[in-house]
Amino acid sequence: MKKVLISGNEAIAEGAIQAGCTFYAGYPITPQNELIAYMSSHLQDKGGVFIQAESEIAAINMVYGASAAGVRAMTSSSSPGISLKQEGISYIAGAELPAVIVNIMRAGPGLGNIWPAQSDYFQATRGGGNGDYHCIVLAPASVQESFDFMRVAFDLADKYRNPAMILGDGMLGQMMEPVKISNTRNKISKIKKSWALTGCKGRKPNIIKSFYMREGDLERFNLTLQKKYNQIQEKEQRFEGLFLDDAEVILVAYGSMARIAKSAVKFLRSKGKKSGLIRPITLWPFPKDIFKRLAISHKPLAFLVIEMSYGQMVEDVRLVLEGKARVEFLGRSGGGIPTEDEIIKKVMRL
Amino acid sequence: MTERIIIAGSGGQGIMLWGKILAQAAMIEGKFVTWLPAYGAEVRGGTAHCMIVISDEEIGSPYIDKTDTLIIMNQPSLARFKSRLKDNGLLIINSSIVEAGAKAKAKRYPFTDIAVELGNVRVANMVALGSYLAKRKTVSLKNILGVMKMMAPAGRDDILKINQKALDTGVKLRNG
Repeated sequence: MKKVLISGNEAIAEGAIQAGCTFYAGYPITPQNELIAYMSSHLQDKGGVFIQAESEIAAINMVYGASAAGVRAMTSSSSPGISLKQEGISYIAGAELPAVIVNIMRAGPGLGNIWPAQSDYFQATRGGGNGDYHCIVLAPASVQESFDFMRVAFDLADKYRNPAMILGDGMLGQMMEPVKISNTRNKISKIKKSWALTGCKGRKPNIIKSFYMREGDLERFNLTLQKKYNQIQEKEQRFEGLFLDDAEVILVAYGSMARIAKSAVKFLRSKGKKSGLIRPITLWPFPKDIFKRLAISHKPLAFLVIEMSYGQMVEDVRLVLEGKARVEFLGRSGGGIPTEDEIIKKVMRL
Repeated sequence: MTERIIIAGSGGQGIMLWGKILAQAAMIEGKFVTWLPAYGAEVRGGTAHCMIVISDEEIGSPYIDKTDTLIIMNQPSLARFKSRLKDNGLLIINSSIVEAGAKAKAKRYPFTDIAVELGNVRVANMVALGSYLAKRKTVSLKNILGVMKMMAPAGRDDILKINQKALDTGVKLRNG
């Protein structure tokens, strides 16, 4: 298959089109502008609808509507813009609608700046908006995965009728790498959306809402959601493991950060230091099982969590290990990225 | 083998294109490659740079802390990036508009003057690319030319020709 050299942002857009996305609404923001630009020039040719909305909030609500009508719909933005979308994401989760939201993270808080960061982990994995809900969160670490994961995100969103989020960062969005583009539009899994609002002539009207008036109804609905979330946690954990069999120090990192951690692991191995790597691919559901298994089976000396934040995913690692293993942390944010040297030094000091 | 390259200059000097052509050629040769642009709040006439990593192995960071090769196309870029070069790294400087003062080992060539002589100031980047490839055979000239052909606008053979000429001139430059 022929490879093309494209940016992470373009790969996400092309990946979405190949996954059968036919509706995109968004509002420009750096560092994800190549994504919306690509959609503006390609989606319509493929029979889709592209809208540059008047705001991020308008865009997410357009996605809410398009998804209710049964089409594969998405929006994208970067951190401050994703904050604006939270109300809509909560409504989509509450209405049990599939949709894909892409966050190419930049440094915060507030308007922050356009440099890469991973400081929206809490927001992405804990819901972000109001209410007890979760988005399925996927974290690509290469431009190839940026393309590939769009298909996974749309499939999971449809399967569970739940919003799915792609969590990347400015570095991943901006960088170019060779990508194998597979033409998959003819192989799109057709999940029948009997719940969609497609015109009710000759059938009972469908109702899509996140509003429950009668006493007890909302609790019952929440219990249904929780059942679904438990199922997702059980079945959809994804991660990449490297040298886990005999690792004494296990590095934990996701997205672009995992690439740098992987280089550090390879260097440490070449110096005889038994290190390994867990790269969570789904951030929610967090890949708990592998941590539990490792903590029991061969008790590593320590887990070292590395993030482009001041410590967010590290909380999930601590939660899952329940004090059964030592957890260390290395993080920088605001545009700073932990370097390979910093990681190596930290491991050597453990 | 991993080769890390930073090229820096001003907006309009074709800095991004320089990196993209090299990265495309590396991809054609089956190598691992990343290209990372500066995407800050850059302004017209300000600085522009990109980072290219080419390797036989999977690439970790596309961001370059210490670089094997540094190519400086304008004065402000030298101050900004000279500390990033590894001790035995390759430094190539556009002497047409960058004053001396860098490390003695630096290779200095008047890329902008050469481009003007060739008939188009904008091909200074391709002269620089030629001079770089003569020193570090990261990718083959044949593949660079292939990428140029692919990228050149249809029906504008003149653009392709002058870029090729600039590349050849760069390859033939003697050590400055």
